[in-house]
Amino acid sequence: MLNYALKRLLLLIPMLIFVSVFVFVIIKMTPGDPSAMLLGDQATAESIAAVHAKYALDQPLPVQYIKMMQHFFTGELNSIFYKDNVLSFVLARLPATLELGFMALIIALFIAIPVGIISAVKRNTWFDYGAMSLAMFGVSIPVFFTGILLIYFFAVYLKVLPASGYGGHFWTIEGLRHLILPALSLSFVMIASTTRLTRSAMLEVIHQDYIRTARAKGVSERSVIFYHAFRNALIPISTNIGNQIARLFAGAVLTETVFAWPGVGRLAVNAIFRRDEPMVFGCVLMMAIVYVVINLIVDLVYGFMNPQIQYD
Amino acid sequence: MLLPLIIINLLLLVAFLPQIMVSQDTGLSYGIFASLTALLMFGYWRNRLNLASQIVGTRSTANIVLLKLKRNKAAMGGLIIVIMLIYIAILAPFIVPVDPLAMDWGALSQGPSAEHWLGSDDLGRDTLSRTIYGTRIALGIGLLAVFLNTIMGTGLGLLAGYYGGKTDNIIMRSLEFWNAIPFILMAIALMAALGSGLFNLILVVSLTGILEFARIIRGDSMLLRSADYVNAARVMGIPDNQIITRHILPNCLAPTIVMATLRVGETILTIAGLSFLGLGVQPPTASLGAMLASGQQFLHQSLAMSLVPGAIILLIVLAFNLFGDGLRDALDSKIGQ
Repeated sequence: MLNYALKRLLLLIPMLIFVSVFVFVIIKMTPGDPSAMLLGDQATAESIAAVHAKYALDQPLPVQYIKMMQHFFTGELNSIFYKDNVLSFVLARLPATLELGFMALIIALFIAIPVGIISAVKRNTWFDYGAMSLAMFGVSIPVFFTGILLIYFFAVYLKVLPASGYGGHFWTIEGLRHLILPALSLSFVMIASTTRLTRSAMLEVIHQDYIRTARAKGVSERSVIFYHAFRNALIPISTNIGNQIARLFAGAVLTETVFAWPGVGRLAVNAIFRRDEPMVFGCVLMMAIVYVVINLIVDLVYGFMNPQIQYD
Repeated sequence: MLLPLIIINLLLLVAFLPQIMVSQDTGLSYGIFASLTALLMFGYWRNRLNLASQIVGTRSTANIVLLKLKRNKAAMGGLIIVIMLIYIAILAPFIVPVDPLAMDWGALSQGPSAEHWLGSDDLGRDTLSRTIYGTRIALGIGLLAVFLNTIMGTGLGLLAGYYGGKTDNIIMRSLEFWNAIPFILMAIALMAALGSGLFNLILVVSLTGILEFARIIRGDSMLLRSADYVNAARVMGIPDNQIITRHILPNCLAPTIVMATLRVGETILTIAGLSFLGLGVQPPTASLGAMLASGQQFLHQSLAMSLVPGAIILLIVLAFNLFGDGLRDALDSKIGQ
């Protein structure tokens, strides 16, 4: 177990190098000169040269890459647009994205798992059909469309919740009021797919022999469902949650755009449009780090939940 | 089911004939539609031949799968919607009420009216026409991207599974690395780097989800690698590439088709997402995602502007997902029942 965790941690290093090189190459492939973006049309040759020297744009590419990598971690990498430290900028925006993501995750789990279990237990009833049809809609709806519909209903029509923006941390009332709509729209897809998966995982388990044995022994139905069936169904469910986190990230970029949420995703998108090379580099690298670390945690938790798994 | 479709197609072909004489840019659509009809007729003829030569009372696996699919109402509903959407996409130039690029300055961001059935956008362009063209673009790009995606995913999966060992390790590990980059960011960065042309969009979108594809196909081909008939083929000295294409690939076809069908929905969502951010299909070309983006800005004036394109994206993705789910269930246990 410890060995496996260490091995996975070590594997993070080549992975992040790969990601960073890849992002760097993409950035360098992008046509246009960042200094033109910064200085405007009337820039003189000297000022362009000065910017190039300042951001090390006149160096050979491998040198630029190593400098960027070094400066990112030491906090010396400066954004071209904000003229400030990339790392502190990204770290300042990270809590908003994580708040959004975790809130969506919590909403999704609180709704999806009970609904999935009930659907499986009461298979082929109106509840099951209703929940499954809704789930089918949920996996098919674009996250930004859900967002727009929610904005229309709660902010334009009912006027009870703010349409966009960030209101502070989630433990303040204002923060929560701002968080609820983006989190809800982001969680939608996850609710849908987790419900579907919970249902099918439960159905698979319910038909096993040991469930029949438990029932024959006279174990109460409640304890059959929760202790015997659900605990085993958790294994595929937790795998799915790990996969979903990746989608959560993709969705977060779009959700942040719809709700003008000041997260890393929006920062990255804006940086790409502004040709802010260091910022793009920092954002993508940070998101990749968070994503990979979360996946690692999920994998390790998975091992705790399922003792059958052998790490090698 | 094929015969009524063919008859409808022939009727439509005759009905649209006058239009092709008038405007020139409808020629390509007409040609595609005509070849589709020809393909359907050929399929019908082949099917008749097969039926005639089939031994009475037996059913092939394909027949069983079709039968199961026909019994699944949700899947059939999905299939019918998919077919209708494909018709709309191909025949778009013939059925749009107005030019999707024509601006009507008398009707800016308005709701449904007699002139604009589903309202108009902030530049006075007809929402219905733009939605139809948007569907055409979404389906065209989506299907092409999934096609490329399927080829890459299946190809890599086959190689990894068949050769195993080092090849397997290299392919799977690099795909996992690839997967570690948050896709949407990678796509945004790539689109910014390559420039936002339709071809680049297809290419970038087709690079998603290769890992899922490769994993499933790899698992299947690993099992098949040690099958007796594959061993026999190897002993006979048949080269690897032929073993892979003739003996292994056909047996991996079912999961490939299911995966591809289910990916169409997701791909169309990705394209819509990129267009929503302004990096997908570029204006003035109509695209559902960009329509939603401008719809959001004018949410106070007209709900129709965002409701219509959003609902159509939902419909397209829903139809493909329903059909894909049904297909998976039908192929899941081929024999039985």
